[in-house]
Amino acid sequence: MNTVVLLACTGLGLGALYFLVASGLSLIFGLMDVLNFAHGALLSIGAYAAWWAATDGGMGFWLAVPFGTAVGTAASVLLELALIRPLYSRPRDQILATVGVGLALPALIMGIWGADARPFPQPEALSGTVRLLGATVPVNRFVLMAAALIVLVLLRLFLAKTRYGLIVRAGVEDRAMVTALGIDVRKAFTLVFAIGGAAASLGGALAGLYFGSINPGQGTGLLIFAFVVVVMGGMGSVTGAAVASVGVGLVQQFANYYTAAGLGDLSVVVLLAVLLLVKPRGLTGRLA
Amino acid sequence: MTTHLKRWWPLGLLVVLVTAPYSTLSLPGLLDGPLGSPGSLQLIALCLVYGGLATGYDLLLGRTGLLSFGHALYFATGLYATDLAMLEFGLGFVPAAVFGIACSIALALLLGSVSLKVTGIGFSMVTLAFAQAGAILVQRNPGGLTGGEEGRSAPAEHLPDALIGIQNTANLYWIAVLYLVVTLAVVHWTVSSPTGRVWAGIRENERRVEVLGLRPYGFKLVAFTVSGGLAGAGGVVYLLLTGGATPQAASSDATLALLVMVVLGGSGTRWGPLLGGVLYTWAAHRLGDLANSASIAELPSVLRVPLSQPLFLLGTLFVAVVYLLPGGLAKLPARLRAGRAARAAKVSVTAVPEGAA
Repeated sequence: MNTVVLLACTGLGLGALYFLVASGLSLIFGLMDVLNFAHGALLSIGAYAAWWAATDGGMGFWLAVPFGTAVGTAASVLLELALIRPLYSRPRDQILATVGVGLALPALIMGIWGADARPFPQPEALSGTVRLLGATVPVNRFVLMAAALIVLVLLRLFLAKTRYGLIVRAGVEDRAMVTALGIDVRKAFTLVFAIGGAAASLGGALAGLYFGSINPGQGTGLLIFAFVVVVMGGMGSVTGAAVASVGVGLVQQFANYYTAAGLGDLSVVVLLAVLLLVKPRGLTGRLA
Repeated sequence: MTTHLKRWWPLGLLVVLVTAPYSTLSLPGLLDGPLGSPGSLQLIALCLVYGGLATGYDLLLGRTGLLSFGHALYFATGLYATDLAMLEFGLGFVPAAVFGIACSIALALLLGSVSLKVTGIGFSMVTLAFAQAGAILVQRNPGGLTGGEEGRSAPAEHLPDALIGIQNTANLYWIAVLYLVVTLAVVHWTVSSPTGRVWAGIRENERRVEVLGLRPYGFKLVAFTVSGGLAGAGGVVYLLLTGGATPQAASSDATLALLVMVVLGGSGTRWGPLLGGVLYTWAAHRLGDLANSASIAELPSVLRVPLSQPLFLLGTLFVAVVYLLPGGLAKLPARLRAGRAARAAKVSVTAVPEGAA
């Protein structure tokens, strides 16, 4: 029972991390048809900015995480304005440009801070464990879950209650119609990129907490599972991404523990293949 | 004369490539040693193999319009299956190579039939996920088969004597040239076959192909399988050239490198992917040497750090090509011609009223 609780908490924590990456990816893809390969790089930027702020910058953990998120958000807005915007009429080239950025940025980070993993400073309040149903669970798992839950609620509120949320939802459904009605979707593009970048870089900062260390390749490693989550959840659906990320995180942890290590990662891919064969449009039935 | 030149230059290039090992021409800046030295031949052979791999990959990207992010998987399958057939089953090189290529084709057929169930970006993501599963499997070293991070080196006792040792680099080089020629021939032949015409139709407008009464699924599966088989054959040649199988071959970076090569050279053109593959591989090696050279180490860190990361330079170059050169290097002469024609037209337009006045 102890093991099950611990595995469930760890899986949910990992799922929360996937959700932070996948929610932005899903929205960006749903609205703009851009598969953002630079999303992992944004995560790495958030992680390294937070790490830098917490160590060299002398900020506490609670300041370092917002700092990392802010830097990541700024980077994603810059990416959208400088690289994606001039290529609006060439959708495939947009993806290729993000591939280039996704290769170049981690290499740059590696050049500056080295290829080795850097220990991420753990604040006192979050480094302990909590006893839950007889299991000893590290506190940081709950921090991730809380962060993901807050992001989910905020995103749902944004999409449901605000004018821009309405434009984003309408744009995901039918971009041409929104443009035809005289609404400038481009502002929504930048906004969605900023939201995605913020969530990913927050995920990056919290990934340092979850894994205990950060390395330049971390973002790209997480990105691939985030892609799996996005496809499973149905592209453009935030709720679908949330459900799929919980599922992927749990399956991965349990399979890794109860079968051979590494089989969990494989089982996620098998799950994806099975799901696509049964429901080619993903969990929420959106166009994939 | 010029039409003959245009028609037969590939043959001339082939003659130059085949006779290169006998040459002592030195190309300072391009290659470290003379053309026929083992080091240079090794690098050129690697460039040619990647040129062939990129050409095979373009069968999907440029010819059929399928953006696969999992091509490295079939390359790695050819590489590892051949190596393991020699190591574990004790097969000779030729049966092992046939086994390796057969494995690639079978895997491409199996995974292609699943991933082609989804279209567009969904397909890209599913192929990426499968390739990632392969990369994880290779890394985790199941049953001590793949050797994990270290990889497995090819067993010298199972290889023909003519393919071992630095003095026989020329033989490996000729195999690489052969692989490239076979790949170009297969791509050229399939693309100009009736199936190839349907591929072009799928690339331009898949819905329309369906309306014409054809099922795109089968045609796409053929493209995926042929391309996977070519990648597997490339893996076999790569195994000979590098003397072993390493997990980097299966990583998603390997697929992205192929993508960069194709786009750099020009996707959907006959020579573009080859050009891109050769240039990328050569640049990656030379930039690696540059990064370790003394002249870089003395630069201030603002310049030294980016210049010491080949992947950063190549990524940036890639973004620049996507931006400034849509269609890649292969389209550059046509673009220049069009630009000159447009300028000339402008000049004549402005000149006419002056003459009339």
